[in-house]
Amino acid sequence: MITTLLILIPFIGGLLAWASGNKSTRYIALATSIATLGLAIYAIANFDSSAGEQFSLSLPWIKAIGSNFHVGMDGISILLVALTAFLVPVILLSTKDERYSNPALFYGLALIMESALIGVFTAYDAFLFYLFWELALIPIYFICLLFGGEGRFKITLKFFAYTLAGSLLMLVGLVYLRSINPENSFEFSSLYKMALTNGQQSKLFWMFVAAFAIKMPIFPLHTWQPDTYTNAPAQGTMLLSGIMSKMGVYGLIRVIIPMFPNAVSEYGHLLIVLSIVGIIYGSLLAWVQTDFKRLIAYSSFAHIGLIAAGVFSNTQQGMDGAMVQMIAHGINAVGLFIIVDYVERTAGTRSISALGGIRTIAPAFATLFLLILLGSVGLPLTNGFVGEFLLLSGIFKFKASAALFAGLTMILGAVYMLHVYQKTMLGEEGTASKGFADVKGLDFYLLGVLAVLVFISGIFPNFFTHISGPAVELLMK
Amino acid sequence: MENFAWLIPFFPLAGFLLISFLPKSLPKGFFGALAAATILGSFLLSVFQFLNNTGEPVTVKVFDWISSGNLHIPFSFLIDPLSIVMLLVVTGIGFLIHVYSIGYMIHDERFPQFMSYLNLFVFFMLLLVMGDNYIVMFTGWEGVGLCSYLLIGFWFKNTDYNNAAKKAFIMNRIGDLGFILGIFLIWITFGSVTYSDVFSSAEGFTKGDTTLLAITLLLFIGAMGKSAQIPLYTWLPDAMAGPTPVSALIHAATMVTAGIYMIARSNILYTLAPGTLDFIMIIGMATALMAATIGLFQNDIKKVLAYSTVSQLGYMFIGLGAGAYTAGVFHLVTHAFFKALLFLGAGSVIHAMGGEQDIRKMGGLKGHIPITYWTFLLATIAIAGLPPFAGFFSKDEILAHVYAHSPILWGFGILGSMMTAFYMFRLLFLTFFGKFRGTKHQFEHLHESPLVMTVPLMVLAVLSVVGGFLNVPEVLGGGESLKHFLKPVFEASELRSFEPHISHTTEMMLMGFAVLLAGFSIFLAYTAFITKDELPVEEEEMSWFQRLVYNKYYVDEAYDKVIVKPLHWISGKTEKYVEGQIIDGAVEGSGTFTLTLSGLIRQLQTGHIGFYLIAMVLAVVFIFSMTVIF
Repeated sequence: MITTLLILIPFIGGLLAWASGNKSTRYIALATSIATLGLAIYAIANFDSSAGEQFSLSLPWIKAIGSNFHVGMDGISILLVALTAFLVPVILLSTKDERYSNPALFYGLALIMESALIGVFTAYDAFLFYLFWELALIPIYFICLLFGGEGRFKITLKFFAYTLAGSLLMLVGLVYLRSINPENSFEFSSLYKMALTNGQQSKLFWMFVAAFAIKMPIFPLHTWQPDTYTNAPAQGTMLLSGIMSKMGVYGLIRVIIPMFPNAVSEYGHLLIVLSIVGIIYGSLLAWVQTDFKRLIAYSSFAHIGLIAAGVFSNTQQGMDGAMVQMIAHGINAVGLFIIVDYVERTAGTRSISALGGIRTIAPAFATLFLLILLGSVGLPLTNGFVGEFLLLSGIFKFKASAALFAGLTMILGAVYMLHVYQKTMLGEEGTASKGFADVKGLDFYLLGVLAVLVFISGIFPNFFTHISGPAVELLMK
Repeated sequence: MENFAWLIPFFPLAGFLLISFLPKSLPKGFFGALAAATILGSFLLSVFQFLNNTGEPVTVKVFDWISSGNLHIPFSFLIDPLSIVMLLVVTGIGFLIHVYSIGYMIHDERFPQFMSYLNLFVFFMLLLVMGDNYIVMFTGWEGVGLCSYLLIGFWFKNTDYNNAAKKAFIMNRIGDLGFILGIFLIWITFGSVTYSDVFSSAEGFTKGDTTLLAITLLLFIGAMGKSAQIPLYTWLPDAMAGPTPVSALIHAATMVTAGIYMIARSNILYTLAPGTLDFIMIIGMATALMAATIGLFQNDIKKVLAYSTVSQLGYMFIGLGAGAYTAGVFHLVTHAFFKALLFLGAGSVIHAMGGEQDIRKMGGLKGHIPITYWTFLLATIAIAGLPPFAGFFSKDEILAHVYAHSPILWGFGILGSMMTAFYMFRLLFLTFFGKFRGTKHQFEHLHESPLVMTVPLMVLAVLSVVGGFLNVPEVLGGGESLKHFLKPVFEASELRSFEPHISHTTEMMLMGFAVLLAGFSIFLAYTAFITKDELPVEEEEMSWFQRLVYNKYYVDEAYDKVIVKPLHWISGKTEKYVEGQIIDGAVEGSGTFTLTLSGLIRQLQTGHIGFYLIAMVLAVVFIFSMTVIF
């Protein structure tokens, strides 16, 4: 029941926010997202990590194809649901009404997207999973299309066509899977039991991987990402990088690893190579960006590459690391994009060369940026360290030389992050820094909460791994 | 928790947090006192641990930090003789430098922040030396790197300082990657990263095992970064951009010795990997000599000391490489005394000179700043290796072990210590002797530093003089107290290493020889800079060799031209061509292709029924023929 409510509340709230007109929409949206967060916290508090899937609801749904409306949460689901439920109010609070030409529509779309994302993370029926997967694309498409920057039509079209192409492959894969499933069911639990031949696994593996790899994205299927992240409105970028990129990783963990184990051991190394290429490639490109937002977009791409490599290492540490790092990346990426947004709002530009010396004018802002940056470069005692450490140890277990190359993220991450920190915050004041004002009020508290979480989740990561660990172990069997 | 050891790092952490969050309207002196008091507290607790030490290691668990599958990392501390030595050095010298900083930095508008960073540094340094496993050590290791970054770039309006800070962090990260890979290999090999588990299982390995070779080499890469050895040393001289107390505490006495601590801590692994030990000895020797030659020609008082630090760290590694762990740690301790003193003394000089750092513009300062002069003199004698000062004992112990390994390497070591004596006395003479060469304005403002700065100098001077008595060798009738104290830590290694003993006569002769040559170097420096009253020549007048050395062998320039610039160029080109044209071109191309293709297919929609019929028949024939074939 709780799971169903977690999907329904933001959906209904989204429709209400949309219908309510521009005056009260912000309050409805915030109330909805905070209620969802409260419910997610309640669920975590009552979650028994040893008991597998909980808070379930399973109803026969489309009998003709054997699909059930089956939602629930295991340790993996609940962490991602909690992440979503936490980030959405943060993202909504980071904006003001006047930012959007039609705030009611924006809030409505954001909440409907939240509902769909929670649906993706909690669906235990593959067809339902697919529907939520597609449903999540629609609101973000409109957010980017209606509220994005210049040139948004072309960029959004590319984003939409690209992800849709991936989803279609997944749909074909699903239909095929269902057709050979003797139990005539779309239930994940039933699909897990299928004895697929190596040939079947290979075909299906690539179909599903394509969908997930585009969504994350994995190199070289990423070129929609920097454009879309840069062009989307600030909150759209946060939704995309903070939460939506996790859909792809979740797909790997929920579908690929348990269903196609032989294909994973056959092709896993290939995807690890691609992911690692993405880490290095993304980091180097981040280094030469002149647009602050685009730089963070590439950094996000590089970080996701490490998560993907960790999952494909197919080790407990790689999986646990992926879970920790997904949460870390959600917090840190949203934090960094809030910072970019604040700079853009206050200085009127995202051009790195026009900035500089902000630490003198806005010491609190520069400190908050530094704290979140430390999480992003994976300094010990931050969330990023635990994630990176576990991921790399999993990759090392898989192959030591792979960990050497993946580990370059430690060096390159510092290279581009310290570069951008120096160019924007330190040194003499840049031309656009003159009108800068230090962060205060709501922005201050939002960034403050995120900065504190960077450290809390880095010091007590066991809170997360204890929840997700048993579920991960079960999937890997 | 019966042992309160966790309070030792907790105090500086609390100091950092308090200073960060208390209102800045409180008096500056309060922040200074608070910061120093937390370190004093840690020092007293460390003394308490020392007094209660039985030689048995004590583990203090704080909480479970990371666990995943069979990987368990507790946040735990280990109190044993080695960590106690490091605790005393870090908190003891740390306290003195905190006190000194109050005098040195109080007029800076961001003084509280400076003190809070120092506190944070000590916190991480204590994690580094107290951790009971490699990950807690790594946490401190990276944490001190962060503090080093923050403090080198403390005056963040200056682009050069910021670049130096960034360089320090990134170069250290290169080493850290090696370190963390070494930790992974330890975990894979031993199933644990906790020292006691690792070392006890390692004892079952044979000497020369290749896995141990790989582990020790990877860990040593980390040490090369943090302890500024070839090829990762170039960040340390640049790090002098930070305020002088930072140079003393972080970039001389404590943080940069972390690599030595790490190897001493892992001694059993290294003893079983003689290949790595030889490698360490060679790197240490190369670094010691190269840095010493650069030191001969530098004119910035802090740069001379910086290269001297790099060189002395090289000596510590030579000691470790020779399997003389105690000697390495011993030199770490005495070096911490006299090098902290030299830097703080340099700070006092710079203070008196109104910010001037070029020794060509100093001279004749000894009468004006007598306390600084006398303490600096004692430290200079100590580092030059004259008996019975601290550096004499520790350096000679290293050299004696090197001699036992290879008389040729010993010869190089002596050459290095001759250069050390020369450049240090050159520095001393140019700064304190002769005529004053600064401006009239500077001359009128020459003043001795306040007591808050000179008292730490005096304490360190005493330590620089008597520090050597911690470990007086048998041959001089000493009791080797440090060696006995550290015995539990190095025992397993000593059992497994072949110690080629040299006779007492040889040892005496080596010592005499070293002292004689050091004295000769001092004489040379005296003739050049006092008798002949020479000044270092300008770069234009230098021979090509002098210019090469003066410019630090152009290593920085080479790194920039060979690594940084090309990588940046490649990244830019990659963005333009690979990203923009190849990859995205393919994506856009597939879109265009679809449009073109659909345009072509549209042509088939002719609307003529006859055409459709023919197409249908052809298709049916095609399908049937396919079924027949397959």
